Amino acid sequence: MTVKSNHVTIKGIKDGLVFLLDDQCEFSELLNELRYKLEHSHQNILTGPIMHVDVKLGMRNISEEQKTLILDTLKQKGNLLIRSVETQGCVPEDEAGSSLHTLCGLVRSGQVLRHEGNLLFLGDVNPGGQIICSGDVIVVGALRGMAHAGADGNEFAIIAASYMAPTQLRIAEIISRPPDEWENRESSMEFAFLRGGTMQIDKINNVGKVRPDFNVFKGV
Amino acid sequence: MGEAIVVTSGKGGVGKTTTSANIGTALALLGKKVCLVDTDIGLRNLDVVMGLENRIIYDICDVAEGRCRLNQALVKDKRFDELYMLPAAQTKDKNAISPEQVRDIVLELKKEYEYVIIDCPAGIEQGFKNAIAGADRAIVVTTPEHASVRDADRIIGLLEGSHVESPKLVVNRIRPNMVKSGDMLDIEDVIQVLNIDLIGIVPDDEHVIKAANNGEPTVMNPDSGAAIAYRNIARRILGDTVPLMPLNQKKGAFTRFKKFLGIGG
Repeated sequence: MTVKSNHVTIKGIKDGLVFLLDDQCEFSELLNELRYKLEHSHQNILTGPIMHVDVKLGMRNISEEQKTLILDTLKQKGNLLIRSVETQGCVPEDEAGSSLHTLCGLVRSGQVLRHEGNLLFLGDVNPGGQIICSGDVIVVGALRGMAHAGADGNEFAIIAASYMAPTQLRIAEIISRPPDEWENRESSMEFAFLRGGTMQIDKINNVGKVRPDFNVFKGV
Repeated sequence: MGEAIVVTSGKGGVGKTTTSANIGTALALLGKKVCLVDTDIGLRNLDVVMGLENRIIYDICDVAEGRCRLNQALVKDKRFDELYMLPAAQTKDKNAISPEQVRDIVLELKKEYEYVIIDCPAGIEQGFKNAIAGADRAIVVTTPEHASVRDADRIIGLLEGSHVESPKLVVNRIRPNMVKSGDMLDIEDVIQVLNIDLIGIVPDDEHVIKAANNGEPTVMNPDSGAAIAYRNIARRILGDTVPLMPLNQKKGAFTRFKKFLGIGG
C-alpha cells in the first residue's frame, strides 16, 4: 500500500503522543492509513514504554462503531494507552453539512422570506422586511431589515451581510438591536454571531474563529 | 384603448392627490384626453384640488350601482375641454365598491380616454385594492422621509405581487438646501432602497399649497418649480426623454460670482 496524502499525523507532546486524524477523507481510508502508520513507523516510539495517547479527530463526527475501530487499531500496539478521543464537531452533521441554498431578489417592507437550512441571499433586505432561516443567513447586498438565523434554536448560526445596517438581528432566541454607531461604520462585510449568549459583530475574515467548520485549511 | 395609471404611496399626506391632479392636468396641457378618477371614497379631495367640487352630481358609487350612466357622473374641467374627473362618494366608505366594479369602470373609461389617472387612498386595505384593480401602470409617490420611504417600499412589494406593471417613482417635496446640509434624505438614498425607476422629482413649493386651496392645479403656473417638475413627469409618461431638473436653480449673483472664481458652488 502506498500512502499518497498524509491523513494521519503523530506528534509528540510532553507526556505522550497526539494522533491528529484528518477530518476530510473517507473513514476507511483514514483507518487504513492509521494501521499502516502504526506498523511502519518509528519502532522506538511505538514499542517503547507505556505512552499516553490523545486522538484528535478535527471536525469529523464519528459513530460509536467507528470510534471502536480506531481504538482497536491503536490497541494493537500494547504500549499505547488511550487517554482521550476528541472531536471539535460542534455543529451536528445534518445542519453544518447541508448545502447553501441561493435565492435572489429584494425583500421589501412587510415581506417575509422563510427558509429551511442555510441561505445565500443575493440582494437587499429593506427596513421592515424579514429573513427567517433555520441555518445561517448570508446576504450579499444591504441588510437593512431584520434577519433571524438559527430560528429553530441553533446558537451556532451566523448572519453575514455585505452591508450590515439591520433594524434588528436575531440568532436562536437572542435578539439584538444594533447600537446607533453602526450607521457610520466602514463598509467591509461583517457577520453576527453569539458568544456566551450575547450578540457580537466582527469582520467576515474572522468567521473561521467562530465557525471552524467553514475553514478551508483545517488544522492538521 | 387608453392607459390607466394609478398614483399611490401607502402613507397619507405625501401628495398623491396633488400629483394626480397635476399629472392629469399636465397631460391635458400636452393635448391628451385625460380622465381623473378619485377612489378615495369617504375622504375625497381630488375635486377640491381641481376646483370642481360644486359641479359634482353623481359619483363613482352611483356608477357602480347603476344609478347613473358613466358619462353622467363625469365632471368636465373648467380649463380644458379634454380633461374630465370621476369623483368619489363622500358619504360612504371604501367597502361600498368592489375591485371588479372599479375595474369595469376604468375599462370603460380607457375606451374613451388616452390616459386614466387613478388617485389611490392611503393605506393597503380595500381602498388600495380598489384603486389598483383597473390600473395598467403605477406611480409611487414618496417624500424623502424614512416613514414615507418605508410605506412606499411596502406598496411596491404589493404592486409587484399584482398585475400592475413595474411601478415608477416620484420623489415629492424635496428641499434642496436641506438635502445639501444632510438633514433630508438624498434622492440617491431613496432610490437605493426602493430600487425602482425614477420618473420625477418635485421640489417643495409653497405655490402648490396656494394653488390647491384655490382649486387650480400648480401645473398651470409656469413660474413654479413644482409645475415644471410635473410637466416633465407628464412628458416622461408620454415616452419623452427629459433630463432631471437641477435642484439648485435659483442662484444669486454672489453665488455665481463665487463659482466663477472657483471657490464654491
